Amino acid sequence: MTEPLLCDLSIPGRVGFRFPAPDVPIEALPDDLLRDKLPLPELSEVDVVRHFTRLSQMNHSIDTGFYPLGSCTMKYNPKVNEEAARLPGFALLHPLQPIDTVQGALVLMYELQEWLKEIGGFAGVTLQPAAGAQGELTGVLIIRAYHADRGDTKRDKILVPDSAHGTNPATSAMSGMRVVELKSDARGNIDLDALRQECDDTLAGLMFTNPNTLGLFDEHVEEVTRLVHAAGGLVYGDGANLNALLGIVRPGDLGFDVMHYNLHKTFSTPHGGGGPGSGPVGVAANLIDYLPGPLVGIVDEGDEEDDLPPLYGFIYPPKSIGRVKAFHGHFGMMVRAYTYMRMHGKEGLRAVSEHAVLNANYLLARLRHMYHVPYDRICMHEFVAEGHWEDAPEIHALDISKRLMDYGFHPPTNYFPLIVHEALMIEPTETESKQTLDAFVDALLQIAEEARNQPELLKTAPHRTPVGRVDEVKAAKELVLCCSPAPTEE
Amino acid sequence: MYLPHTPAEREAMLKTIGVKSVADLFQDVPAAHRFPDLNLPPGMTEMEALSEMQELAFANSHTAEMVCFLGAGAYNHYVPAAVDAILRRGEFYTAYTPYQPELSQGTLQAIYDYQSLIVALTGMEVSNASHYDGATAVAEAVSMAHANFRGKRNQIVLSPALHPHYRQTVHTYHPGKSLIFLGEDIPAKAGPEALLPLLSENTALVVVQYPDFFGRLYDYTSLAQAVHNVGALLAVSINPIALGLFKAPGEFGADIVTGEGQPLGIPLSFGGPYLGIFATRKEYVRKMAGRLVGETVDNRGQRAYVLTLTAREQHIRREKATSNICTNQGLMALASAVYLSLLGKQGLRQVAELCYHKAHYAARNIAKVRGYKLWSTAPFFNEFVVRCPRPVEEINAHLLDHGILGGYDLGQDYPELKNHMLIAVTEVNSKQEIDFLVRVLKEVRHD
Repeated sequence: MTEPLLCDLSIPGRVGFRFPAPDVPIEALPDDLLRDKLPLPELSEVDVVRHFTRLSQMNHSIDTGFYPLGSCTMKYNPKVNEEAARLPGFALLHPLQPIDTVQGALVLMYELQEWLKEIGGFAGVTLQPAAGAQGELTGVLIIRAYHADRGDTKRDKILVPDSAHGTNPATSAMSGMRVVELKSDARGNIDLDALRQECDDTLAGLMFTNPNTLGLFDEHVEEVTRLVHAAGGLVYGDGANLNALLGIVRPGDLGFDVMHYNLHKTFSTPHGGGGPGSGPVGVAANLIDYLPGPLVGIVDEGDEEDDLPPLYGFIYPPKSIGRVKAFHGHFGMMVRAYTYMRMHGKEGLRAVSEHAVLNANYLLARLRHMYHVPYDRICMHEFVAEGHWEDAPEIHALDISKRLMDYGFHPPTNYFPLIVHEALMIEPTETESKQTLDAFVDALLQIAEEARNQPELLKTAPHRTPVGRVDEVKAAKELVLCCSPAPTEE
Repeated sequence: MYLPHTPAEREAMLKTIGVKSVADLFQDVPAAHRFPDLNLPPGMTEMEALSEMQELAFANSHTAEMVCFLGAGAYNHYVPAAVDAILRRGEFYTAYTPYQPELSQGTLQAIYDYQSLIVALTGMEVSNASHYDGATAVAEAVSMAHANFRGKRNQIVLSPALHPHYRQTVHTYHPGKSLIFLGEDIPAKAGPEALLPLLSENTALVVVQYPDFFGRLYDYTSLAQAVHNVGALLAVSINPIALGLFKAPGEFGADIVTGEGQPLGIPLSFGGPYLGIFATRKEYVRKMAGRLVGETVDNRGQRAYVLTLTAREQHIRREKATSNICTNQGLMALASAVYLSLLGKQGLRQVAELCYHKAHYAARNIAKVRGYKLWSTAPFFNEFVVRCPRPVEEINAHLLDHGILGGYDLGQDYPELKNHMLIAVTEVNSKQEIDFLVRVLKEVRHD
């Protein structure tokens, strides 16, 4: 089942959208600046809608099935979020409008900052970063600026545990920092001895994912943050796994100095097939001055007696690292996340994390007798199993993943974290029912049997998807990256 | 709220796990900080929450209830209905990054379509799957150029007519002293020839905007030659609608094309999410950051698509990656692909021409009002600068009283452009609206 490319569907002379004729006098065009060829496709609206609708049907999505991708928090994306973000009073606002014409939007941003501060235990929040990785970059640049501002210029070392997300080391390097990897101990915590050895006067900070990518809450979390602080460093929290902690514990209370939030994971804004995300950053009080501007604040208190409401506006922190993108951030994602938070409230948010952790532990309990779990203790919102058996040596995590597709499930994250061989990282999220989890377990148990009895079925899987296993080597070798326009053009 | 669990199911699950209560699952969390009493209000139903959102939305004045002449990097264009109809398909917007190609052919082929459209539009050879926005795309171009010369060339020339937010973002991304930035203190009015004296064998990259921040159009062919003569790279930050009419940067020798893709069917949405366009020549493809989709075959002999050259990316190369970018603007890239395929060859030219004619009509008539003067005589697309008889803030306040969202106050970023307004006109502005603007401007002329 394949779908033609847009360029193959194009018919010269076809038109998909008409604009009104000009209602102003025609102005001469500057001939020497004009292009003579515009090789875009020519299609009707029906062609375009069918093409993209058919493509959509070749996707697995949360709306069509279970999506237990570890560390990606593929929870249900409420439909009301989409309605809210498309309200004309939000969707049709220009980012540079005078502030008195956008008070509703600014109140929403201000409230979202306040909610995130309260949930994470931080004193300040910027909503500007576009995604988790940009939130990380923002955080590490803040750490860098903090040390530089104090004249502490030799601090250039960022510690990154071996269980961290891949973006962490890349972020540190991008910020001009030296990356040193920290080992995990036998229970999946940061190895305290390894940490102590690195706690010297070049330490800028530690990038700490907690719960980590094994889905485990570090048993020495407060000792870790204490050691880093004692050495003069700061602790960065990777908030990608925050779905385990809402109303359970606030990272700021545990000694984290900076953390990014993923509105597109924890707070249900859709992933969009790879974005847009939104990665606000929270900081402790001593780091507020370094946040990227603008922040939203109350710029005029107003007067209750005169019935004058407070005026919200933009504030630029005095020692800001500078803006990390144009304008104020992914406002459309903020509307969705705020709608979600407002609906959940205090108790609802805690229930989210409780059920995320309940679902993960239920899956763990039902699978551990058939799939080896190398760090086997109560997990948080996700856990990592091994997709390999000694009595089925030719079967790998990849084969299990591909076979799961035939059962209608998206596979878990595989081959990550790197510290587990043949890793299958499973995050069910709280929005899945016991029936879905049971069906997923049944499929995995069935596959474990197939691995012994019909290994070929796994090696050649998937069989029921629009395409079979793809040749990644050919793609990288031949590098066909766009369709070439038809040679008959003009 | 969206939890399907019944109390009986919860009990059964706890029993399977072997704990008595949900609280028992959190024993690893330090007791002193466990279950904080958050100072947050209780939850709401969907009806209540949506009504609160409507109230907040209603407290704003949006571009459809005003007459909008504000641009400066975000533009008020018409979005065909089919664009949002496709974006609303749950199969697209509730999918993750297409790491598993067999379950993600829809997203992968849509990105491939997007890459093909951007290549055709810019006249370049490869496009990635997107960056966050026009600003970060420039910041990534700077990183790419620096890495391309292995750090041996450390000077970056930024045109003063590159969007101020983009320049600020570049500086945030590249703190410290490893790169030297030149060009930003050149007077705003100067054309691209003013950048030539800054070129040397230490130049890694020159960044210009097309049309520039003031709306002006220059043919950068001779600049490209001069940049290449010193062995450096040229990056051009574009407005994609302008490319429906004007020369593609590939034609005048750009090495990197970046741009803000918002005009391509993406709502203004108070500044985001937008779309960072990034295209380059094939020889630099391995140095480019961001995701890339390539064509291949599956084990059934069918054409198929897959993320490729992932060895450049953070999840494989970790600290040696070309960038830390992971999540990008997938759905926004899809929006622009739907927009570009709907408009196609004829429609994109049409909308560009409409913007051009209407902007010129506005400029001609504003220039006739006593006290207002066009700042530049260079050709322009849909934006132009007007010197005003009074502070822009004052004029804008007056315009707003008449329901007009006035132009951008350039004095905020360029001290020498105090009392200068940047006015944007698009296909949604009718002749009537433009005439109305001119009439109201007359009222606030210098008397």
